[in-house]
Amino acid sequence: MLPAEKVLDLYFLDARCMLIEIAALLDRYDRAVQGQPGEVPSSTDRLDSIYQALTLLAERDCTHDRSARLLNLFSDLP
Amino acid sequence: MQIIQPHYHGIARTAQDYERMAMSGVVAVAEPAFWAGFDRAYPETFLDYFRQISEFEPTRAAQYGIRHFCWVAVNPKEAENPALGREVLRHMPDFFRRPTVLGVGEIGFHKTTRHEEAIFEEQLALASEHHQLVLIHTPHLQDKVRGTRRTLEILRHMQIEPGRVWIDHVEEHTIREPLEAGYWVGLTLYPITKCSPRRAVDMLEMYGRERILVNSSADWGPSDPFTLQECICEFRRRGHSLQDAIEIFHNNPCRFLGQNPKFDIKPIRITEE
Repeated sequence: MLPAEKVLDLYFLDARCMLIEIAALLDRYDRAVQGQPGEVPSSTDRLDSIYQALTLLAERDCTHDRSARLLNLFSDLP
Repeated sequence: MQIIQPHYHGIARTAQDYERMAMSGVVAVAEPAFWAGFDRAYPETFLDYFRQISEFEPTRAAQYGIRHFCWVAVNPKEAENPALGREVLRHMPDFFRRPTVLGVGEIGFHKTTRHEEAIFEEQLALASEHHQLVLIHTPHLQDKVRGTRRTLEILRHMQIEPGRVWIDHVEEHTIREPLEAGYWVGLTLYPITKCSPRRAVDMLEMYGRERILVNSSADWGPSDPFTLQECICEFRRRGHSLQDAIEIFHNNPCRFLGQNPKFDIKPIRITEE
């Protein structure tokens, strides 16, 4: 297992890049909605799931199963 | 579609990259002088590097039908050694006369230090004196905002003509001010540390296509010359016309670089789609 500092050394820039991509997607979506006010999406379920995922990720003190929880969030569970 | 790659570090890439770029429509590249991954110890090492990018590299590109142009400069990282930098600057006018040298670049800031600023200003003065185009590197990651602001302050103070200056590596938080001040800006597509093709198209949609250049840089680090083609695909996938793509990825480089008459590739217009 890598030391904690090394985890950040190796993966911080990847995480930064992915977070900016998510921010850009949300900006892109909002611009599209504002640009075409008459064409509101029929369902915002997928967008809602992204915001739920971000809320989950914003919890600093939680169990180490964030990936599994996100995958469940994006799953059709029985 | 014909494409111009306006910022490309060919000496760090393989012949296969040239071949694949040619097959994908690239007709010309422009290679700025940059950091070699280590600090050079001698002025002569820079001068040999300038010879490499102004004499030899055009012959490599020509084997695949690609025109190769270049820029000469002391890059921001090595500007930290001002004595060495000034010795290199003394020889740069010799290279301005060479047939494929377009101007002074890439210059600017890395950590926005006092030495970097001194060499930056001296290179701007040199470019101004010899009527050369200017290509400015803006810092990476957490240093970008500070370095970009200081760059703009210096350019204003030195009264450099904005239309002859290209400020490169802008992102969402640094694009507006240079554009509004009349400079050209560059969106550099890197896999992780700069702009992604999708975000670049977002900015093209927000700011229009005037005075914006898109490039892959593509150097010896983690980079990919084909992020430029990826960006074109993304642009077209969103429904933009082929002519709009040509305006951004071919004609805009012609417009900026063509201010130096050595760059003689002209904007093109398709008659029908």
